[in-house]
Amino acid sequence: MGGKLFKNFSFLSATLSFFILIGIFAVLFQYAQAALHEFGIDFLYSESWEVDEDDEGGLFGGWIPIVGTLLSTLIAMAIAIPLAMGIAIFLTEIAHEKLVKPVSVAIELLAAIPSIIYGMWGLFYFAPIVQSTVGGDGVGLLTAGIVLAIMIIPFMAAITRDAMNTVPPVLKESAYAMGATTFEVVKDVVMPYAKGGIIGSIILALGRALGETMAVAFLIGSVMSIPSRITDPTTSIPVLLANNFAEAQDLEISAMYYLALILFVVSFALISLAKFYFFGRKTV
Amino acid sequence: MTVKKMFTAALIASITAATVYAEELKGRGASFPAPLYKVWTSEYYKATGIKVNYTPTGSGDGVKSIQKRMVDFAGSDKPLKQKELQKGKLHMFPTVVGSVVLAYNLDGVKDGELKLSRKAVAGIFDGTITHWDDPAITEHNAELTLPHAPITVAVRADKSGTTFNFTYFLNQIDQEIKVSKKPTWKAAKVIAGKSNSGVSANIQQIKNSIGYIEYSYKTKLGLAAAQIENREGQFITPTLESFQEAAKYATWKPENDFYAAIGDPAGATSYPIVAATFLLLPEEKNAANKKVTGFMEWAYANGDAAATELGYVPLPKETKDQIRAYWEAKGIR
Repeated sequence: MGGKLFKNFSFLSATLSFFILIGIFAVLFQYAQAALHEFGIDFLYSESWEVDEDDEGGLFGGWIPIVGTLLSTLIAMAIAIPLAMGIAIFLTEIAHEKLVKPVSVAIELLAAIPSIIYGMWGLFYFAPIVQSTVGGDGVGLLTAGIVLAIMIIPFMAAITRDAMNTVPPVLKESAYAMGATTFEVVKDVVMPYAKGGIIGSIILALGRALGETMAVAFLIGSVMSIPSRITDPTTSIPVLLANNFAEAQDLEISAMYYLALILFVVSFALISLAKFYFFGRKTV
Repeated sequence: MTVKKMFTAALIASITAATVYAEELKGRGASFPAPLYKVWTSEYYKATGIKVNYTPTGSGDGVKSIQKRMVDFAGSDKPLKQKELQKGKLHMFPTVVGSVVLAYNLDGVKDGELKLSRKAVAGIFDGTITHWDDPAITEHNAELTLPHAPITVAVRADKSGTTFNFTYFLNQIDQEIKVSKKPTWKAAKVIAGKSNSGVSANIQQIKNSIGYIEYSYKTKLGLAAAQIENREGQFITPTLESFQEAAKYATWKPENDFYAAIGDPAGATSYPIVAATFLLLPEEKNAANKKVTGFMEWAYANGDAAATELGYVPLPKETKDQIRAYWEAKGIR
């Protein structure tokens, strides 16, 4: 009796998440209908985001926030991946035992900081540093990208470290016995063995960077323009939604659901791509 | 008492509490007057025991929710035209006057030192003036040393009544600039922030920036604000006195539900960027409307000190009397 109940319960839990996923997609799709009919696929390439005087219609396009989202995520990943890998390798292969615990705890605590705090710190402390070293206005694509990187590093590093810890010592010891250097052990034994966990950590961090709202809203400048330099302000999909949702009406709301749908599809596509790539490699 | 009984009792208590709470007045909308409404509602509660709940969600949301009759009253910085009022079956009247200042971040230029002509203000925000040492700015600021640095313009990222009021002023100078709650700015370097506090933070952080914010944020954060040239060609420092002067020139008439944007008023001593904020009431809900006007009656009589303290300008006595007569005429007093 108990066994059957438990089986049903776990089955329900598993299918529920699937239905929620489908449900969210359906709602986004339905609410985006008006904008889908009005702008069609051109929405993706149009740079305009203007409301008519009477608040009823307007001309909306998603090109700028889509580009902003992808660029800020790209900058974040470019900075975060090497650093997170470095942290994980240091903690599992190089650091002295006494050092591992405090550094791990510090990194995990970093992951627990709410994103709004990263945003405030970024705006009031970090943006002026960026302005004085790289130029620009302080807030912009680069600042948002760097702070995003700082936000996802602990996450990525912690999962990667756990994955690397699962490498059986026997494997590493054999490699060392064959005369391999630490670098060679990491490259040829640890990395291949922990590949699943490492790619998993990158995927999860990517998902977080794509959808991050609060910190980016503080730092990206929220301007509807394509950046011509890396320090220029621009906007991203979640930032545009957060700034405009409360006041929008009719067609603008629908255009925002369209954008949300795009973000949903883009995250979904990126994550599935990474997953398939990863599974594809593993079977070889 | 068993646990079950206690639970039932708690449930009943919470339901009764909920019904008592339903008696309170609910409003939402403009965030520009929200700090003042917060003080008014809490003092009104202390004085009368009647609870008025105001949620600052923005003017656009306020209008939307009163049209759908989700609230008892709504706040809007943008006055609605007659046509819109009739369509939505709404009453409208002003509550208080506020102002918009141009705050800047320039090394070596203190509060009130920078003078901006009408031409310069319009030029900075439409992108024809891009540097601080542009002749249009320096001709009135001979005693200041302004850098040859690009101007960063700080604006709102969200739709805003403050933006509406500011673009209304710009439109008086240059017809090309449209009056809007969220225009597309043509200036070369633009940084947008959410709400008055977001714009203020950007101005504080970015050197050589200028942006428009509500007066109370300027005083609260100690930002430097410019003197602005008014209609009569005088440069006016933003102070409560110059706002009061400006409020005298508002042309409110009960016949058109007090529709008036008072930006750019006449008068040699008037500060040019001032604006009233309004309340909207649903025509058919007389009982609730009487409660709202009761609250406003109390605020008109007892709330002026609080308004002045927060940097708002109370309505002139004549206007208040006109509004009382308007309530009388509509049967909602």
